[in-house]
Amino acid sequence: MKKKLDHDEVREVALLARLELCDKEVEEFATQLSSILGYIEKLDELDTDDVEPLAHSLPINNVFREDIPHECLSRDKALGNAPDADDEFFMVPKILDDNSNG
Amino acid sequence: MANVKYKTLVGLEIHVQLKTKTKMFCSCPTGFGGEPNTRVCPVCLGMPGVLPVMNKKAYEFSVLAGLALNCSISRFTKWDRKSYYYPDLPKNYQISQYDLPMSEHGYIEIPIDGGETKKIRILRAHLEEDAGKNSHTAGNYSQVDLNRAGTPLLEIVTEPDLSNGSEVRSLAQQLQRIVRYLGVSEADMQKGHMRFEPNINIVGEIDGKEFKTAIAEIKNLNSFRALERSVDYETKRQLEEYLETRKGMGQVPKTTRGWDADREITVHQRSKEAANDYRYFPDPDLVPVVLDDAWFEQIKSNMVELPLAKERKFVSEYGLSDYDAGVLTSERTMAEYFEDAIKAGGDAKRVCNFLTQTGLKLANEAGKSFVEFGVEAEKLAKLSKMVSDGDINASAATSLISKMVENNEDPMVLAEKFNLLQKSDTGELEAIVDQVFADNPQAVDDARPGSKKEKKSKGFLMGQVMQKTKGQANPKIVSSILAKKLSE
Ligand SMILES: [Zn+2]
Repeated sequence: MKKKLDHDEVREVALLARLELCDKEVEEFATQLSSILGYIEKLDELDTDDVEPLAHSLPINNVFREDIPHECLSRDKALGNAPDADDEFFMVPKILDDNSNG
Repeated sequence: MANVKYKTLVGLEIHVQLKTKTKMFCSCPTGFGGEPNTRVCPVCLGMPGVLPVMNKKAYEFSVLAGLALNCSISRFTKWDRKSYYYPDLPKNYQISQYDLPMSEHGYIEIPIDGGETKKIRILRAHLEEDAGKNSHTAGNYSQVDLNRAGTPLLEIVTEPDLSNGSEVRSLAQQLQRIVRYLGVSEADMQKGHMRFEPNINIVGEIDGKEFKTAIAEIKNLNSFRALERSVDYETKRQLEEYLETRKGMGQVPKTTRGWDADREITVHQRSKEAANDYRYFPDPDLVPVVLDDAWFEQIKSNMVELPLAKERKFVSEYGLSDYDAGVLTSERTMAEYFEDAIKAGGDAKRVCNFLTQTGLKLANEAGKSFVEFGVEAEKLAKLSKMVSDGDINASAATSLISKMVENNEDPMVLAEKFNLLQKSDTGELEAIVDQVFADNPQAVDDARPGSKKEKKSKGFLMGQVMQKTKGQANPKIVSSILAKKLSE
């Protein structure tokens, strides 16, 4: 193992994953993540100089569908599993800093 | 006062919604409007365990668009997941293309002053899925509509080769015409089919010292006007801000600003302290796309003559003005209709006038395009020939166009029916001229060659002939009869 992840790195990863960690968890995950990374690093021992990068693990390409509409879910079904919804929309906690694509 | 020299650098990130019937990875129908959350299925709702399957048409549309943008088209592409944390894409990622985009390194030509064009380089164009829509109207909640989630988008990224608002607008309009000609997008800005995000900064010198402002990205632009105005406003704002603070790129962060259409200003939204960490990785649910020669050729066969090339041809070959050529090529159907009329023997300038004046007026009144009236191009060509041959005059042609639009009859039949044909029978017209001469001996004397009142009196005699024929005499023939008889 090259080095242990420091606490700031763990907090950064947690932020990216939108996870809230307490200090105890930060310590715990620093150890766990470091050991996972160490395990993966074993792959560095392989010589991959002459190996083409693989885009996909399956040896198939070009799986398509034709551009023909099919029936959708009813709105009741679509909204049925949501934690919260009104008659028309999914309801989520208010988005304060909306930088979404819409 | 400092000596300031500067130029504006603008690059665009453009999203074009493709005109497929269904979404990119599921069979839900696309389309503007629709009751919220009625065009959704387990795939675009991001349910666990579902498998996306690529829409072939969306891929073909993007290849065609890439070709029209002079891009090199990749024969091998794959799909990547881009981390995304807003509820309008419930999978928590957007399917996009990262390191192997389907097309890159192209350019788009835009007209600039003096009939010249400028090439704006295109860095890349790739396919990705659109998000749904969040709205923030209801109390402590945001509402999410996923109808749009999964709609195919072509993302086009240009190099910062644009220099001002008018160039940006021009690029947007060219792109709109191109994708409409290709039939790959409806490209309606108000409906969000084309979304532009300009990245703007300025570089220059103040008293010989170089400076660069921090890049600002502008959002919420939904019209060509907003696009143009926002770029020019932001240029001015950045310059003023720099002159005041003397803080530029590196000292202040990149920002995102929103366009306030009412006040016509850009408003600070957020700073981008760190580069976004999208953590792209290959999507294991989607296999790569290989574009072989046969398929590529088949897609290429759908290529059409592009609008700017057509526009130039209309000017150089048919002698139209830049303005008229622009009007006629704004829609592909109109441009092709015009060309059909020319092929059928119509005079270019005359047919152009029919279409851009009377035709456009009638079309606007009816709220559709002239082509949709269903008057065959051949009939318009015939009308043009009738004017050239002196069968009818220009004002008769104008009223015949309205009549043709009403009942789509042959223009010659209509001209006879409504008594609009000009009298061109020389014998008949000579007799009328003789009658007019007999009634107006003084005017005839005054109209003889060399007389002081020659021109005026000749005009008077012509008017008398027109009165007697109720305006239907062919003026060219009357004029030559008058000239002949007056010099006898
Ligand atoms: Zn769907």
